[in-house]
Amino acid sequence: MSENKSGGQNVLRLTDITMQFGGVVAINNLSLEVNQGEIVALIGPNGAGKTTAFNCITGVYEPTNGIVYFHGEPIAVNHPQGKMVKQYGGINGDLYKDRKPVVHTPDKITQMGIARTFQNIRLFKSQTVFDNVLIGTHLRRTSNVLTATFRLNAKEEKANREKTAKLLEIVGLADVADELATSLPYGKQRRLEIARALATDPTLLLLDEPAAGMNPQETDELGEFIVSIKNQFDLTVFMIEHHMNLVMEISDRIYVLDFGKQIAEGTPEEIQKNPVVIAAYLGVDEE
Amino acid sequence: MSSSSALIIPRKGETDMFDTLLPYLLAGISVGGQYALIAVGYTLVYGILRLINFAHGDIFTAAGFFMVYLAATMPPALAIPLVILLTIVLGFTVERVAYKPLRTAPRMSIMISAIGVSYLLQNLMWYLTGGLARQYPVLPGLGDTIQLGSASTKVVTLVTPVLTIILVVLLVLLIKRTKIGMAMRAVSVDFETAQLMGIKINNVISVTFVIGSAMAAIGSMLYFTNYTAVTPTIGAMPGLKAFVAAVFGGIGSIPGAMIGALIIGICENLIKAAGLTMFSDAFTFALLIVVLLVRPTGLFGEKTTEKV
Amino acid sequence: MKMKKKANLRLIISIAVVVLLYAGAVIVEHTCGSKSMAVTVLQKGAVYALIAVSMNLLNGFTGLFSLGQAGFMLIGAYSYAILTIPMAKRAAVYQYYDGGIVQFTIGLLPALLVAGVVAAIFAALVGMPVLRLKGDYLAIATLGFAEIIRAFIQWDAIGPLTNGSNLLKTYPTLKTAMPGNTVLFTFIVVGVCIGLILLLINSTYGRAFKAIRDDEIAAEAMGINLFHHKQMAFVISSFFAGIGGALLAMYQGTLQANGFKSAMTYEILLIVVIGGLGSVSGSVIASFLFIACSEWWLRFLDAETMIGDFKVPLLAPGFRMVAFSIVIMVVVLFFRKGIMGDKELWELGNRRKAKGGRNIK
Repeated sequence: MSENKSGGQNVLRLTDITMQFGGVVAINNLSLEVNQGEIVALIGPNGAGKTTAFNCITGVYEPTNGIVYFHGEPIAVNHPQGKMVKQYGGINGDLYKDRKPVVHTPDKITQMGIARTFQNIRLFKSQTVFDNVLIGTHLRRTSNVLTATFRLNAKEEKANREKTAKLLEIVGLADVADELATSLPYGKQRRLEIARALATDPTLLLLDEPAAGMNPQETDELGEFIVSIKNQFDLTVFMIEHHMNLVMEISDRIYVLDFGKQIAEGTPEEIQKNPVVIAAYLGVDEE
Repeated sequence: MSSSSALIIPRKGETDMFDTLLPYLLAGISVGGQYALIAVGYTLVYGILRLINFAHGDIFTAAGFFMVYLAATMPPALAIPLVILLTIVLGFTVERVAYKPLRTAPRMSIMISAIGVSYLLQNLMWYLTGGLARQYPVLPGLGDTIQLGSASTKVVTLVTPVLTIILVVLLVLLIKRTKIGMAMRAVSVDFETAQLMGIKINNVISVTFVIGSAMAAIGSMLYFTNYTAVTPTIGAMPGLKAFVAAVFGGIGSIPGAMIGALIIGICENLIKAAGLTMFSDAFTFALLIVVLLVRPTGLFGEKTTEKV
Repeated sequence: MKMKKKANLRLIISIAVVVLLYAGAVIVEHTCGSKSMAVTVLQKGAVYALIAVSMNLLNGFTGLFSLGQAGFMLIGAYSYAILTIPMAKRAAVYQYYDGGIVQFTIGLLPALLVAGVVAAIFAALVGMPVLRLKGDYLAIATLGFAEIIRAFIQWDAIGPLTNGSNLLKTYPTLKTAMPGNTVLFTFIVVGVCIGLILLLINSTYGRAFKAIRDDEIAAEAMGINLFHHKQMAFVISSFFAGIGGALLAMYQGTLQANGFKSAMTYEILLIVVIGGLGSVSGSVIASFLFIACSEWWLRFLDAETMIGDFKVPLLAPGFRMVAFSIVIMVVVLFFRKGIMGDKELWELGNRRKAKGGRNIK
């Protein structure tokens, strides 16, 4: 199942994901793949369901229907039973309906190796830049509450602090390590979120509008930065982004969502030429 | 825990059982109605401010003390409206002084403020009354005893449910039919949007506290006619129970609060009938916890989706 | 390296200050005598400091608004008393229950430890359902559990264990067990406990707690298991509340479940707020201030006072608590950060963490 057309491993695969809130269908039968080492972008107008898709992947939401695979493992499986199948739009519902539902909490998903950033920055407000990243290392601890309290984990603590310092160096925030996270300018806060995500040792990085609120120069730098951390940490990147220049420049492939439905998929060149996309998205957007 | 011992009931026949339980049932309905009147204040305030108004039980106590002092100097016909008025003034003042400045503060701050007000009111009442229990005056008509089948009870026992239902119906009409009611509903759905739509939030909140306090004042007259002694901390427990009733019924729903209160009142008295008086308070909280875990929106509450 | 030196210096100064404070407290006891007001304040203030810090661990550091503290203190107090009443006195204490069912005693220090452990076990059980609730629902549910615990302990059916609603007495108290050294003993137990809490707060787990407080969703995305960590904070807080309850029992001399009402929890919450949510030193300072004011310094407000022929207005029994609650309201309304905000006494010189602004929903 996890082999893709070109023979490589796909890291992330969504099949028939539907997410419904009451009567609103936020995502409708979305299927997509992200392969090892790729940078894939998810674009679409506001309200197209992009962040909802992220939330389904990371366990914040339990999809109404469909399966999410990570490295070939199903990490979210859900199928409504009986006549609900039709209502929830699970066209392949019959195919999966015997599978047991799988639900993971977000922390479990992170532990498996998917890290994310947030569209509306969610830093730990009362903490320093350093501590924000340091919290990311808590996940891979080997200490328990007693050994940590009695400082029997000093070695690990030291390693984590060094790792944090190194990450801050990499994202270029070493000089503001002791500042309060919320005192940073927007662009730096977004980089801090990325550093914090990297601290959890992910193999897949989900970036939710990493360039929002950045000026053109910062955006350019961000593009290079994403490519460089991808290479350095051997990551696969899946990102939601509105800055078309950034998307076209660094993405290997692009998926386009509109009203919860996937309307196109392809390389940046293909997407730029796709008339459906132009009509639905590029044509009406100011950018 | 409490259900393990069976009701202590004579086994001669159905009538005997009914006779034994009747006074407890009556008392349950009566105290339930009184809780309902307090619960209205909780449910309205929580619906709008998302605040557990911990001071509400103490406002209820204050209404009791108002009557103690006023009835000593004037006829009940004058004292009753004056007590309601004073209680309203108190509730209004508490909101303006202790809650309004914290409108934009985290919710925890307002709740702490509510606890602070409760502490202040209790200490203030202790200071003013000398900490001694005060005898509640007998209100004409309410305190008389009547015979009901084999049980004798006070008139207030019968008046309470009727009065409660009338008041709840009036309130529901107020909320459904009037402009201020519409504003209250709007604010409870979305505080900020309502504000943007030109609703004067502070007025709506004040009206909420006015209604809640008036109901608490009426509730206190009925409650203390039964329990006759007013002490500075007596309102805390009925207050908490009324809050539980409001949660049980579905916070924001006035009929829900009433039904929740009646159920709590009756259960509590049946537990007393079973000889487990000690657990009558604990039962209420056990019920609360079960409701919160099984159906957090209560019996009649609307389901809300959480925004992420 | 320079940083490290500075940190070491700070540690040495802190230890020196603590030692000086302890020495001062011991001197007070030996010069003023065990019955003086100052000693009362030191004893009760220290006990309250531990309880307030344990509550701050939950409300201030983990952002869990719990109002169950009195319940866990009660469990700790009872566990301690039940296990330490001398065998010879049991028949008298449990006179309505044939001397009770517990027919052994354990030492004072083990009993204190057991007090914490029993409270922690109860907290683990209570936490399982309750910690799924959020915000004020959590508050009211924990408050409810505290009330249930209080009712349960007074239940006749378990009277052989708890003595029902009758007094527990003759267990070792501060006065009987530590004559002349009551303050030193209290300070040492409380100091060790608060020291442990401080170590915890500054460990990786403490950082996780603070992350949950700041932003649950982000914390979860960092791989922090919310329930697991909330449960941990709840259990640890209750462990220390249990020890605090046992110390309170030692201070009081007799024990009765009805003394542990929700009003007690409110009082401790107000202490935590006055000291500053998220500040251990704030809670400690506020505890001593609170106890000193309510037990000692403001006593004069309760006495009707005549200056010549002039009767000072307002002064009458109960006025002290009124004045006191007004002060509390002023703090709650206008000085929301309390004495310390979320800083610690030893951080005051630091530039970072300049802003407080707790945001707990």
